[in-house]
Amino acid sequence: MKNVLILGATSDQAQAIAKKYAQEGWGLILAARNMELLDPIASDLRVRSNAEVQTLLFDATDFSSHRNFYDALKTKPDAVITVFGYMGDQDEARTDLDEVRRTVDVNFTGAVSILNIVADDFEKRGSGAIAGISSVAGDRGRQSNYIYGSAKAGFTAYLSGLRNRLTKSGVHVMTVKPGFCRTKMTENMELPGALTAEPEQVATAVFKGLEKERNTIYTLWMWRWVMLVIKLIPEMIFKRLSM
Amino acid sequence: MRKISDWGNYPVIEADVSGFDTTGQLRKKLEMPGEVIAFGNGRSYGDASLQDRMLLTRRFNKFLSFDEATGELCCQAGVLLSEILDVFVNRGWFLPVTPGTKFVTVGGAIAADIHGKNHHLEGSFGNHILSMDVMRNDGSVFTCSPTENADFYKITVGGMGLTGIILNATFRLKKIETAYIREETVRAANLDEIMDSFEASNDWTYSVAWIDCLAKGDSMGRSIMMRGEHAATGELVDPAHRKAPLKLKKGIELDVPFRFPNFALNKLTMQAFNFAYYNKCRPGTHQDLVSYNSFFYPLDAIANWNRIYGKRGFTQYQFVIPRSAGREGMRKILKRITDSGLGSFLAVLKLFGEQESFMSFPMAGYTLALDFPISFKAMELFKELDAMVADYGGRLYLAKDSRMDAAMFEKTYPNAGDFRQAIAMLNDGNTKFSSLQSKRIGLTS
Repeated sequence: MKNVLILGATSDQAQAIAKKYAQEGWGLILAARNMELLDPIASDLRVRSNAEVQTLLFDATDFSSHRNFYDALKTKPDAVITVFGYMGDQDEARTDLDEVRRTVDVNFTGAVSILNIVADDFEKRGSGAIAGISSVAGDRGRQSNYIYGSAKAGFTAYLSGLRNRLTKSGVHVMTVKPGFCRTKMTENMELPGALTAEPEQVATAVFKGLEKERNTIYTLWMWRWVMLVIKLIPEMIFKRLSM
Repeated sequence: MRKISDWGNYPVIEADVSGFDTTGQLRKKLEMPGEVIAFGNGRSYGDASLQDRMLLTRRFNKFLSFDEATGELCCQAGVLLSEILDVFVNRGWFLPVTPGTKFVTVGGAIAADIHGKNHHLEGSFGNHILSMDVMRNDGSVFTCSPTENADFYKITVGGMGLTGIILNATFRLKKIETAYIREETVRAANLDEIMDSFEASNDWTYSVAWIDCLAKGDSMGRSIMMRGEHAATGELVDPAHRKAPLKLKKGIELDVPFRFPNFALNKLTMQAFNFAYYNKCRPGTHQDLVSYNSFFYPLDAIANWNRIYGKRGFTQYQFVIPRSAGREGMRKILKRITDSGLGSFLAVLKLFGEQESFMSFPMAGYTLALDFPISFKAMELFKELDAMVADYGGRLYLAKDSRMDAAMFEKTYPNAGDFRQAIAMLNDGNTKFSSLQSKRIGLTS
């Protein structure tokens, strides 16, 4: 049986991903910061699928704990998916450096810290798959969320470099850029229906993407084109838009 | 603040709504001053789960444990019955009791103590609860069952969410061999015939009838009874079904994409529908094998069917009258409804069995449920019907109600006074859990 390690396993997208992998017969190693949230999620998966589910404490911003966390895994995973993220408050981040630091620590440094360790192990073993949930917000900085966006842009660049490094070792790295997704993070936002994915759609896209060794996926196909258009707008014009 | 309503789209209110994922989060929300009510999936019809501040339970929807040997399931209260069916039917398990829609939460099913087509044999949903945890006004968690904290259990089942927030429940699922129902349909030409039919169907696990409330005179009460049993594998005819008796092919889901204009539902369209439905069924008795979905949840196949009633919304008038008053009472009430011409798109008749519980709706007798688009005339009619129902010793179903007055409630629910006292005592006089309904019918101040 293959095992997947899901980091940040309590988000709606992570739960949907876990369900999908359980359905496909994988064993699950779920890691998150909040065990009160994680335990019922694990029970739920066990009842639904009879899957083997382990739960572990993991804090993305407690960088120094990452080495021990990974070394302590009894079964080393065949796939690792980082789902944790921190959207933060753009307005606050303009004046409060702590908010900036939190945004970068979770979305970039935390992800890099743990994936560096995973990458070394996978490289040595000569197999494995990594999926990082980045964001369309990293494709081009926009005034509404460029702090979050730049942290995700950094993460996207990291994943692309990691892919380049690990391909020759038979390790696959996939970048996932969900657009809008209906989750508790966006519960009170009015989202455009056609561009908004359900967590289950993200989960299926991630599972299939890794199976087919895709490099970068947008979870709804329209987003690839939406972001292409956004990227192609000349800066002369882009800088005047309110986005 | 968000616009929100229950299934009848009447009333629609602006409310402060928020969900919770853990008991810790819920406790913090209860610490804030002000009254609250739990809101599950919004499938009660009126205002039983509406309030200025509503706590959404749908995120609190995890399965906690399942015992393959006994069928005992423990789950959080925000789990939908449909989620239970999705996971357990293909493992050979079914709900002990289910209403006519599978899109209700377990918490809602307990709070309204829902009933199903098997009530005459297997009672209400609450009768099957082995144990549950409820968070009280002070944030403490109370475990209760028929033997542990039995008084609290008694008033929480059917207690309309007024004793606390139901966190999780344990109940036993029912073993099934197939996902199919052996269904028998019987056409009845009038009210006498259908009532005879119910009396004669007492051995069937499931029974229900659709009544055409627009038929008058000699054919008043013409109806179709549907009775059913879970089919055994040996009873399946189609070899493909026999090979995978618990798997159903994915059905087509239809959606009503927008609210119909108010004039779309008139007497003509309703008559046409009822006529077509009645005549689809040939005279006499017919046997068929149908999926559990089409037997129990025919309307669930049409998502948002409530929108056909337009923007003004609708209410479902569901009453029960004791068996002794059954024939005469039902005839008089039905005649008043057919005479009004306001008759309903869907009218469901069922014979309940005995029910011993504190605040629950069912009693041994006949229950009829009818939809009415909201109108002044309909509201006037309901007042007349209320008086008749009360005179016959019957009552209305709180999960469907949006308009009954306090006097009617007091008259027809014998434990109303004791229940009011009990919830006041639980909260030391400071009401914490209340709904628009509980205020209207005088259960909370």
